[in-house]
Amino acid sequence: MAAAGKSWAGHGIHWGRIATRELSTVAITIFGLLLVTFLIARVMPIDPVLAVVGDRAPADVYERARLDLGLDKPLWHQFAIYIGKVFSGDLGTSVLTAQKVTDDIKTVFPATLELATLGTLIGVLIGVPFGIIAAVYQGRWPDQIARVVGLLGYSVPVFWVGLMGLLLFYAKLGWVAGPGRISVVWQDYVTPVTGIIMLDAAMQGEWDAFWDAFSHLVLPASVLGLLSIAYMSRMTRSFMINELQQQYVIAARVKGLSEFRVVWRHALRNAIVPLVTVIALSYMHLLEGSVLTETIFAWPGLGRYLTNALLNADMNAVLGGTLVVGAVFIAVNLFSDMIGRLADPRTR
Amino acid sequence: MSDQPLLEVDNLRVNFHTPTGIVRAVRGLSFALGRERLGIVGESGSGKSMTGRAILDLIPHPGEVLADGMRYRGQDLLTMDKRARRKLRGRHISMVMQDPKFSLNPVQTVGQQIAEAYRVHHKASSREAKERSLAMLEAVQIREPARVYELYPHEVSGGMGQRVMIAMMLIAEPDVLIADEPTSALDVTVQLQILKIMDDLVTSRGMGLIFISHDLHLVQSFCDRVIVMYGGKAMETLPAAELADESARARRHPYTLGLLGCLPDLDHPKAELATLKRDPAWLA
Amino acid sequence: MSDTTTARTGWHDWLITNEPASRRQARLGQTYRQWLAFRRNPAAMIGLAIVLLLLLVAAFAPLIAPHDPIAQALDQRLLPPSATYWFGTDSLGRDIFSRVVYGTRVTLVIVLLVVVTVGPIGLLIGCAAGYLGGWVDVVLMRITDVFLAFPRLVLALAFVAALGPGLENAVIAIAFTAWPPYARVARAETLVIRNADYIAAVRLQGASQWRIVWKHVVPMCMPSLIVRSTLDMAGIILTAAGLGFLGLGAQPPIPEWGAMISAGREQIFDQWWVATFPGIAICVVALGFNLLGDGLRDVMDAR
Repeated sequence: MAAAGKSWAGHGIHWGRIATRELSTVAITIFGLLLVTFLIARVMPIDPVLAVVGDRAPADVYERARLDLGLDKPLWHQFAIYIGKVFSGDLGTSVLTAQKVTDDIKTVFPATLELATLGTLIGVLIGVPFGIIAAVYQGRWPDQIARVVGLLGYSVPVFWVGLMGLLLFYAKLGWVAGPGRISVVWQDYVTPVTGIIMLDAAMQGEWDAFWDAFSHLVLPASVLGLLSIAYMSRMTRSFMINELQQQYVIAARVKGLSEFRVVWRHALRNAIVPLVTVIALSYMHLLEGSVLTETIFAWPGLGRYLTNALLNADMNAVLGGTLVVGAVFIAVNLFSDMIGRLADPRTR
Repeated sequence: MSDQPLLEVDNLRVNFHTPTGIVRAVRGLSFALGRERLGIVGESGSGKSMTGRAILDLIPHPGEVLADGMRYRGQDLLTMDKRARRKLRGRHISMVMQDPKFSLNPVQTVGQQIAEAYRVHHKASSREAKERSLAMLEAVQIREPARVYELYPHEVSGGMGQRVMIAMMLIAEPDVLIADEPTSALDVTVQLQILKIMDDLVTSRGMGLIFISHDLHLVQSFCDRVIVMYGGKAMETLPAAELADESARARRHPYTLGLLGCLPDLDHPKAELATLKRDPAWLA
Repeated sequence: MSDTTTARTGWHDWLITNEPASRRQARLGQTYRQWLAFRRNPAAMIGLAIVLLLLLVAAFAPLIAPHDPIAQALDQRLLPPSATYWFGTDSLGRDIFSRVVYGTRVTLVIVLLVVVTVGPIGLLIGCAAGYLGGWVDVVLMRITDVFLAFPRLVLALAFVAALGPGLENAVIAIAFTAWPPYARVARAETLVIRNADYIAAVRLQGASQWRIVWKHVVPMCMPSLIVRSTLDMAGIILTAAGLGFLGLGAQPPIPEWGAMISAGREQIFDQWWVATFPGIAICVVALGFNLLGDGLRDVMDAR
């Protein structure tokens, strides 16, 4: 009982220490993130000055722009300026759109968020039960099916599946809408509030626009979901197999619980702790997968924005986009870590 | 009717079919259990745990259980379907496992786990189940049941965890308790305490106990009868008192003598402990 | 006949004996057992067959391909699959089947180059971090974390954009983004091994640090890394194809599958075959590596 008392008293200190450690990790990771993006920008064989002034600018204009950009200063100084700018929320101006990169990202990010969220939802709702069944029937045919389907999901190129999906469900069967986020007819019907069209449409009661947006979203989200299903089912399977071997599962059976309850209440409840991390990871994978998916589906999201910027050497946009994706990664990681801790009484 | 045994096992065999051949974990074990304390001793791998699992129908997937007969209070367990076997578990035959650190679900409070064991078998409101659980915690001599009820397994000590385990496995009032190395993972200081609690409950409720252990001394002092197992077979069955009886030595199986011989004894110190000798012919 | 069977069972018995007479026999026996277990897994055998087929097709591409993969025949543009052109022709009149066949070479080169660079780097960093511990561990793992914080494809994209498009740069970019998981795996393995009792025993016998790492830690990490890299090969293929699809990988006229899909994108609704067949090729090969890796994991990496 003394041991129990000690762990009660220790709670406050415990949390403080974790928070400090997490924060320092995040700080270092963000610093690294900035450094890597900065270095990429510097080794890039593209003259950032020309990007600003155009390649027919007279020498004095060129020189002034160069000084404006701070390119005459030593590298570390440039890096310090870069960090300062990032933290004051200035990611520069995109050459391609002639707008502030931050403004661009504000408009494209919700589209990607919408896509990746629905994709993850599909992945979790289908992949997790799939993985559980595979684990329960380990080594038997449901497991084999789940295994092959999972591996298949790991083996298909997203962009190709996207194309095939368009060919089949849009061109041949006409079940879903084609590329884009919403039909031209509904383009200006919905006033962007959150930027997530379906949410905005629902809030404004524009149900026709809502369904139109849905029919645009469902195919790309399913393509992404496919990736997520593969990942979720495999990870769920391995976590569940691990849990099902534990002694407490046998104890639950000894008590006379039904197998259903043993699996879904006892084992799954324990597997949720590592699963939270995996769901977060899957979410991040989908943000990444959206780079290619958005290109295929002409989805006006962050992925397409990034690719366009890359292909057109729009450096500020590339760096800003990469940085935002990296930052989202870190945030999701941190968040999942927290949820994971809360889900486990041993670390709560 | 009163002398009908609680549990009868006749020629029990447990086989595992593996790629490299059949592993015979239990090869023909027979015994009957009344309202008594029956010990099963043996080294690790002697099949003693598998015996307990087989009785509970908890042998994992590739394993198969065969027997000429297996009856609980006259009911044939072999022809019973899975569902009926499950209803028996916890309610009629229960098991205390080795290490409470692993055999309690880490993400549920101990109270939830005990109450759950009650509610599977009894129609009861959650209030009733909680009251029952608190009473049960008191019965296993936990001083502050209401506080312990809310604790998670990692917040209780090993000895308290095992008391929780006993409470959980006895709350549905089974007739037969299988205790599979119930004290091996505990500190020596609390071992006896736990055994005492278990013994009191088993005796006062008139249950039958199968006590599985590798510890000869423990079995000898705690049980009425002992089965000595080796390689999945019973070498011999004998009253526990005879284990210590020097005059009965001649009647003992050589394996039993071997087990006794490799235990240190404070009263008769030996320069070197004997190494256990095994004879493949015993398994023939 | 009976002689050969006894000889076979003789080998079999010698290999699976429980009392090997030499270290070599034990090791061979271990491998043989793993092979027996692997052989019983049909999915894994299919994976092995696909990978072997990939190697054969790549080796004998000139013999298999009926047409020149690069020569254009503008009068034969966008023909549907037929007896002459099994997979049809693309917008420049090139035989898609021949291009898919030659594409195996491109794919293999990418995969091998990446794995050959990434494996040792990951092993080195992971073992060093895990075995030496202390600040070395902290620094190396921080760097690894920074790289893991980037989405792999986005980072590879940024690298290729910086280095310029092309096959070599794609390989460098993928390698640059692929090593962190290897380092993580190697480190985790090393940590377990480092604290094992048998390493303590070796240390007590007076073995040097280098000997312990090289003779005991590295070999123990190998199974995990082999499994990891086999499973990773599919991911590398997909990333390379993704870069190719965006026009940042292998440049035309190299028959790279991702670029071929990209070329077929405009005609997807009318000439479906242009984009479909290279995609199937990617799926089959990636699935092959995944099945193989999955089977290997089951036998080599039981944990």
